[in-house]
Amino acid sequence: MRRPLRQRLAHGRRIAAVLLSSQYAYMLEYRAEIVLWALSGVLPFIMLGLWSAVDAGGGLGMGPLQLARYFLAAFVVRQFTIVWVMYTFEEDNLNGRLSPYLLQPLPLVWRYVAAHLSEQVTRLPFVALLVGLFFLLYPAAFWWPSLSSLLLGMLATLAAFALRFLMQFTLTMVCFWSEKASALERLLYLPYLYLSGLVAPLALYPEGVRNVAFWTPFPYMIDVPARILAGETVPVGQSFAAMAAWAALFLPINLLLWRRGLRHYSAMGA
Amino acid sequence: MGRYLTTLRVFWIASLTAELEYQANFLIELVATAGNLLGSIFVLSLFYGRGQSLGGWSWEGALVVLGVYTLLEGVTSTLLQPNLSTIVAHVRTGSLDFVLLKPIDSQFWLSARTFSPWGLPGIALGAALIGYAAWKAGASPAPLTLLAAALMLIASLLILYSLWFVLAASSIWFVKIWNATEVLRSVLVAGRFPVSAFPAGLRAFFTFVVPVAFLTTVPAEAILGRATGPWLLAGGTVAAGSLVVSRWFWRFALGFYTSASS
Repeated sequence: MRRPLRQRLAHGRRIAAVLLSSQYAYMLEYRAEIVLWALSGVLPFIMLGLWSAVDAGGGLGMGPLQLARYFLAAFVVRQFTIVWVMYTFEEDNLNGRLSPYLLQPLPLVWRYVAAHLSEQVTRLPFVALLVGLFFLLYPAAFWWPSLSSLLLGMLATLAAFALRFLMQFTLTMVCFWSEKASALERLLYLPYLYLSGLVAPLALYPEGVRNVAFWTPFPYMIDVPARILAGETVPVGQSFAAMAAWAALFLPINLLLWRRGLRHYSAMGA
Repeated sequence: MGRYLTTLRVFWIASLTAELEYQANFLIELVATAGNLLGSIFVLSLFYGRGQSLGGWSWEGALVVLGVYTLLEGVTSTLLQPNLSTIVAHVRTGSLDFVLLKPIDSQFWLSARTFSPWGLPGIALGAALIGYAAWKAGASPAPLTLLAAALMLIASLLILYSLWFVLAASSIWFVKIWNATEVLRSVLVAGRFPVSAFPAGLRAFFTFVVPVAFLTTVPAEAILGRATGPWLLAGGTVAAGSLVVSRWFWRFALGFYTSASS
């Protein structure tokens, strides 16, 4: 007995609205913590300091303004692609909160997606404040991306978030078999840190490393969206196709592991 | 003093036994630490590969700085993080009461209660890198150099400890301060590079506001045998000062502790 499509859509919209607004209210309670998390993303600014001091000698192939804009955009992209589902899931699993969640007639993953999205909205004003401060300290670097690159950059950031969420959620499934699965996230974070473009624009990498990097999913998570926002030319179609291909690879693995994991799940303490 | 040493041994054997339940973690930590080190060396090579240098430091000198940083990271995950991260939970649940009632110094108990072996790969790799890079840089193991290096490393450990402890102790007022140590950790990443590689404004920030310079650059100078009297004196003074401040801050903070639910 399937209800008509329109009814199902309306139902889904209502659930989404309730989930998002309740999670947003919850995240607002923790806004002080979220501000501190946002502050702990200062790595791009530290790297900007190093690269601009090196650039004083010239010969980087990237001007100081271009560097400043890239790293500011990388900071913003990083702020809206942070994923922590593994830690929450592990905690929910160990504390036994997972069982009541699983009883609800809603796939569990949407609860975590809603939590991440609401956390990003909570972050938004603070990130805007930091960007304003950056321009105040470094007015020469001020720029505003054109409407098309702004929209495209936001879309690429959202896609990067979705891909990173999918990858981490796939790894999260190990929680069904192990109590300390979050240690694995450290291993996933390593290639992300060094290949995504957080420490340097990929344009400054040696050509061999760069070519290999673009065969991994990581540069699409920071470097590509950041360059779009900074107004540089990026092979847009190719990048989105690569992200879609990686998502198509991880989604079936994720679903398979989720089914297997649920069958294995026996609640903590059982 | 003897009582403290005995207690320390009991504490660490107990926590080691507990942690060794998760042996697979050791392998993961080893791979993660080695991978992180390789990544950092790669980032350094991005700077040096194009014939530039970081603030006038040679490649080997920069590797010594990175080695000191790796060593400090190892100490952080062996001692600082596992111990000091529990202060906030003690404050929230009120179990700090029991800590305060024990016939042993509360700052000692909170700072040394557990020992996590997962940072040991970092300590070993950091020490190995320091030794290799210092040898490559042609540093002579003269007794005076070794003495200065040891002193500056101890000073840097004391400064790092005090920074962490003061932040963690602020949870007496702000229960949600725990993330502040994440902010500290992310700022300390700057210590992977010689402080002279930064533009003037940041250099001042990393010397006077968050003393990153004294954590890695000054010890590296001492290891390379380039330590000068004023810097050694400054390192020692900052270390002693921050230890005294952390001690005083804990006494001060305890004055505001009212236990949970009151």
